[in-house]
Amino acid sequence: MCACRCGIKVHLEDGKLRYIEGNRDHPVNRGVLCAKGSAGIMTAISPARLTTPLKRIGPRGSGGFERISWKEAMEMLTRRLAGIRASDPNRLAFYTGRDQSQSLTSHFARMFGTINYAAHGGFCSVNMAAAGLYSVGGAFWEFGEPDWERAQLFLLFGVAEDHDSNPIKLGLGRLKARGAKIISINPVRTGYSAIADELVPITPGTDGLFVLALVHCLLEAGKIDAEFLVRYTNAHHLVIDAPGEADDGLIARDAAGRELSFDRATQSLADAQSVGIDPALLGSFPLPDGRYARPAFDLLAARYGAPDHAPEAVAARCGIDAATIRRIAAEIAEVAFNRPVVIDQPWTDTAGRRHANMTGRPVAMHAMRGVSAHSNGFHTCRAIHVLQMLLGAVDTPGSWRYKSPYPKPIPGAARPGRSRGPGAALDAPPLGFPVQPQDLLVDEAGEALRLDGAFSWEAPLGIHGLMHMIIARAYEAGPSKIDTLLLFMANMAWNSAMNPGETTRMLSACDELGNYRIPFVAVADAFASETVAYADLVLPDTTYLERYDCISLLDRPIGSAHGPADAIRVPVLRPDRDVRPFQDVLIDLAGRLALPDFADGEGTPLYASYADYMVRHERKPGVGPLAGFRGEDGTAIGKGAPNPRQLERYVQNGGFWTHELPPEQLYFKHANQAYLAGANAMGLIEEERQIVLQLYCEPLQRFRLAAAGHGSHQPPERLRARIRRFFDPLPFWYEPLEQALADRERFPLHAITQRPMAMYHSWGSHNAWLRQILPENRIYLHRDLAATLGIRDDDWVWVRSRTGSLKCQARTMTGVNRHTVWTWNAIGKRAGAWALDPEAPEFRRAFLLNHLISEYLPRTGEETPSSNSDPVTGQAAWFDLTVSIEPCAAGTAPGTDPCMEANPLRIRLASEGSR
Amino acid sequence: MTMLPKAAPGARKLGLVIDLDTCVGCHACAVSCKEWNGGGEAGALPDYDKYGTNPDGVWFNRVHSYETESQGCSRTVNLPRSCLHCEDALCVTVCPTGASYKRAEDGIVLIDTDICIGCKLCSWACPYGAREFDEDAGVMRKCTLCVDRIYDQSLPEAEREPACVASCPARARHFGDLADPQSGVSRLVAERGGTDLLADFGYRPTNKYLPPRRASIPVPPAPTPEPRGGGIGSALLNLLDKALSR
Repeated sequence: MCACRCGIKVHLEDGKLRYIEGNRDHPVNRGVLCAKGSAGIMTAISPARLTTPLKRIGPRGSGGFERISWKEAMEMLTRRLAGIRASDPNRLAFYTGRDQSQSLTSHFARMFGTINYAAHGGFCSVNMAAAGLYSVGGAFWEFGEPDWERAQLFLLFGVAEDHDSNPIKLGLGRLKARGAKIISINPVRTGYSAIADELVPITPGTDGLFVLALVHCLLEAGKIDAEFLVRYTNAHHLVIDAPGEADDGLIARDAAGRELSFDRATQSLADAQSVGIDPALLGSFPLPDGRYARPAFDLLAARYGAPDHAPEAVAARCGIDAATIRRIAAEIAEVAFNRPVVIDQPWTDTAGRRHANMTGRPVAMHAMRGVSAHSNGFHTCRAIHVLQMLLGAVDTPGSWRYKSPYPKPIPGAARPGRSRGPGAALDAPPLGFPVQPQDLLVDEAGEALRLDGAFSWEAPLGIHGLMHMIIARAYEAGPSKIDTLLLFMANMAWNSAMNPGETTRMLSACDELGNYRIPFVAVADAFASETVAYADLVLPDTTYLERYDCISLLDRPIGSAHGPADAIRVPVLRPDRDVRPFQDVLIDLAGRLALPDFADGEGTPLYASYADYMVRHERKPGVGPLAGFRGEDGTAIGKGAPNPRQLERYVQNGGFWTHELPPEQLYFKHANQAYLAGANAMGLIEEERQIVLQLYCEPLQRFRLAAAGHGSHQPPERLRARIRRFFDPLPFWYEPLEQALADRERFPLHAITQRPMAMYHSWGSHNAWLRQILPENRIYLHRDLAATLGIRDDDWVWVRSRTGSLKCQARTMTGVNRHTVWTWNAIGKRAGAWALDPEAPEFRRAFLLNHLISEYLPRTGEETPSSNSDPVTGQAAWFDLTVSIEPCAAGTAPGTDPCMEANPLRIRLASEGSR
Repeated sequence: MTMLPKAAPGARKLGLVIDLDTCVGCHACAVSCKEWNGGGEAGALPDYDKYGTNPDGVWFNRVHSYETESQGCSRTVNLPRSCLHCEDALCVTVCPTGASYKRAEDGIVLIDTDICIGCKLCSWACPYGAREFDEDAGVMRKCTLCVDRIYDQSLPEAEREPACVASCPARARHFGDLADPQSGVSRLVAERGGTDLLADFGYRPTNKYLPPRRASIPVPPAPTPEPRGGGIGSALLNLLDKALSR
C-alpha cells in the first residue's frame, strides 16, 4: 500500500469489505489511520484494477492488448529471461517502485546475476539515506526518528506530507501536547508547517547554507558538546595535511591501521580510540614521518567559523534575515546546553565506562524531500548530521534516535555486486556501499557499467540507483545494453519521469529497421497506470488486501528506537480477477529459471509462494525475511531455525513482531555496550565494536584523491573536476547544479511540488473518495508576486522553464516563499489511464510539473550532458527547477497544456482477431 | 416546528473537541467518517459521478484549509467541519416533520430519514454547512457522532468513540461529555480556551475548537558580534582549552 507500513484491521461483512481501521496495538500507527488508509475500501474496488495478463498488439504505447493466460505470460517471460541470462544477465534491467518487497526483489536480481536493479529510492530519498549512512550509520525517516517524548525543540527541514505519514503526525501531536517548539524550515506553509510554532520560509536549495550558518553561530558562541565529539565521533582523528600527495586528507593511521589522534595529556600521538586520552581538537601536529596533520574538527572549525558562513553573509540568499538565524541558533544552544534531559538509567559505554544516567540534548531534527530533491542534497543532509553531532544530539535523550536495526557500521561493509560466481549469481547484492574508487562499477575507460550510471564516476554513491535515468539511458544505448526492462509498480511513463512527453517517445521509439530501441518492456502493476500502455507484457498484480506482504528487517522494517520489529500482511480478499501477487510471480519465475536460492541443484523450485518463502528462506543461517517467532518452537528472535508455524504466530500477534529493548539499551546505541552485544546476538549487526560517527567523511576524500590523479582507478577526464569539487569530506553548500546553469533572469522563480496527505505515497485519483478531495491542482504563488504579474485566483497562466511551457491555473496565497511557486504532485493524469472519464478534471485541468523538468542538465560543451542529479548520489534533482510565470493572453481557451493524447487500454479477447 | 428536548438534570452532552493547534489538515477524519457511515446503520452515503467529470458525494465531515491574517501576520488554519450538535439547534426547530431531532439523553442531533421529506429547511438554517442532501434517497444527512459505535457494547470500551476520533493521526480530535466539568474534554476546553464556532449566532454548539497557540523558547537578545577575520573565536578556544576525556 505504501511505505508508512501501518497496521490495519479489515472487517468483512458477507465476504465484502465493510471497514478498515488502524490496529491499536501496532507499533507504527497505534490505531490511527490516514485518509488513504480509510479509503482502501474504494481502492479495492477501483475500476482501474487490471484484470488479466496482457500481450501487446499494435504499436507500443497505442494501448492495444490481447488477453493471455498466466501460463502463456509466464512462459513468454521465462523464455526471454532465460535467453538473457544465458548470454549476459545485465541485459535485464529490473526496477521497482514504492513496494515493500525489496529484500525479495533485490535478491532475485542478485541471483539472476544482473547489476541493473534498483528501487525508487534514487528519485526519492537517496540523498538522505546516503548522507545518513555515511555520517551516523542511520538516516532520517527509515533508520531514525525524533525522540517525540522528550524533545523540547524540533527542527523539521523540507518535510511536506511526503514521508512517514502517520508516525510524524502522531509525533507532532505529542510535541504539541507537551508544549515543545516546532520550527519548520520550508518554503511552503501547509500541513505540518501550518502547525509549526515558527516557519522559516527558506528559498529552495539553500537549507545547507542556513544549517552551516547555525553551525557558525554555535562555534562562535562555543556552544558545542566537545566531550560527545571526542567520545563518539571522529572529530579528533588526525587528517593528513600534505597537499598534492596521495594520502592528503586521509586519516593518519599507525602501522596497525588504527586512526591517530594527539593526546594533550602525554603530548604525543595516540590511538584515537584509546580510552582516557585528552584528544586535541584544534592545532597541527607532526606525524612520525615528519609531515603534519590536523584534527578533523580543526578543519571544520576553520571552514564554518569563517565569515562566509556568518548569518549576515547568507541571509539574502536564504531569504531569511540574519537576526532570525542568530536567534534560532541561540534557541538551539539554550535547549541543548541549559535544558539537558537526564534519565536516571545507568549504562555502560564501549570504553567500559559505567554511566550513572543518560544525559541528552533535547534538540531533535528531521529532514526529507525538500532537502533530498536538490542536487546539493547529500551535502545539505550531511550538514544537518554535522550540526547534530556538534550538539551531541545523536541518539541521546530528547534528540534524534536510531530506529532498530540501526545504527550499522559506517560506511556499510558491502560494495555492490559485480562479478558472478557459482550459478551465475552476483557476488554481492546489486546495491551496496562503495568506500573507494575500486568499488565502483565502471569499465576500463572509467565509464558506467550500470544502465543508470549508479556507482560510476557520475554518481559514485548511487546506493539506490538512478531510476529517473533508465528510460533515457536504455533508449540511448539501444539493444546492445538492455534487452528487457521489467518494471514493478513504477509509473515511469508519467509522474515518475522527468519530461513525460520525451520519455514516452523514447519508450516507443524504433531504430531504422523498425525494431524498438528498448526491445522488451514488461510491467507488473495492480492498476492501469500511464505506464501500462507502454508494456509488451502486462503482469496484473493484486491489491494490497489480496496478498501476503512482508515488512522485513532485510529491507526497511517497522522497527523503532524502542527495538526491532517487523510485520506481515495476510490476504483478506480473494481476487475476483485473473491476477496474481507479483511476489508470487517473481518466486515462480525464479523457480522456472532455476536461480540459486530459488531452486535446488536439480532445478526444482524451492518455494511454492511468497508466504512459503517468507517462512523458509534463509539469507544467512538462521536469518530470514521475518525475525520474530523463529526456531522450532517459535521463541527465537532475530536468529533461529525456520518455524513452519511462523505466519500463524504473526497473525495471532496482530500481524507484527516487536522486541522491546531494555531501558539500558535505549540510547547511545552507537556506543552502548549492552545494545551492541544484543544487536549482534540478534543478527542485526556483525560485530560489537563502537560505531564511530563520521564528522569527517574519509571515503569521499578517496574519490577526490583519485580525481587529483592518484591511484589506479581514476575518473574520466570530463568528470575529474566535478569529483574534486563535490567529494569534499566536510559538507559544503553550492548552488544547485541546474540553477547554476540556468538563465535566472528569464527563470527567476523556484518551482517545487508536494504530495497531498490524502494520497500519501500513492496515485489515488482512481479512488472515488480521494479524488473528491483533490480532483485538480493549481500552481500556487505569493499574493504579492501575483499582483506584480497581474495574476488572480484561477487565472490560466503559462509556467515556463528552459525546456518547456505548461498551461495551468493559478492560486494565490501568502504562506509561500516569494520566489517560489508550487503545486500538488501527481494529480494530473494522462487521458485514458486510471479508468477515468476522458473529460475528467485530472486530465483537462490538473497538470504535472514534470513536463518542465529535464533528466539532463543544460549542455555546457561538446560532452554528453550530465544527468539532473546530485553529483554524489545520483538523487533526482526534482526541486532544482526554475521557472517563469505569466498570465495567458485574454481569450485563451481553458484546459491544461501539454495535454498528451489519450491512449486507453483497448483489450481484445484472445478468441477475437486472427491468432 | 420541532421542539428541542428539555435537558434532563444530569444529562450528558456528547461532543467533539477539535484542536486547531494540532490539526494538519490531512482529511483522515473525513475519510474514516465516510467509510464508517457509508456502510453502517445510517445507510449508504452516496457518491456521484465517481469516475467522471464532477466527482462529488455526501460527507458528514469536511476539512478546509485557509489562510487568515491578523495584525499583518498570516497563518494557515486547517478546519475540520461537521455537525456541532448545538444546544439551540435551529436545524431542529425549523424541521416541519420532526425528522430532525435532538436527543434528551446525550444531546446528539440526528435525522430520522424515514420521515425526512427532503425540504432542506434545516440545511438553510445551519450556519455551519454541516448538513448535506442525499440526492439518491431524497433526504438530508449529517454527522451522527457515530451513535452506532459509541454505544455498541460489542466493541471494546476503548473503541466506543467516533470513527473520526479513532483515526485522527495527530490526535487532534477528542470525544467526551461536555456537560461533565471533570471530563477530559471539558478540562481541555477550560485549559486551552476552547471556543464556539460562530458564537454570535447563539446556537450554543456542543463541539468546541481549541485555538492555535505558539510555543517559544526565550533567549536573551544577543548583539551581532563584530565581524572578524577567519580563525577560531575566543569562546570556542576557551571551551576547548579544558581537558577532555575520551
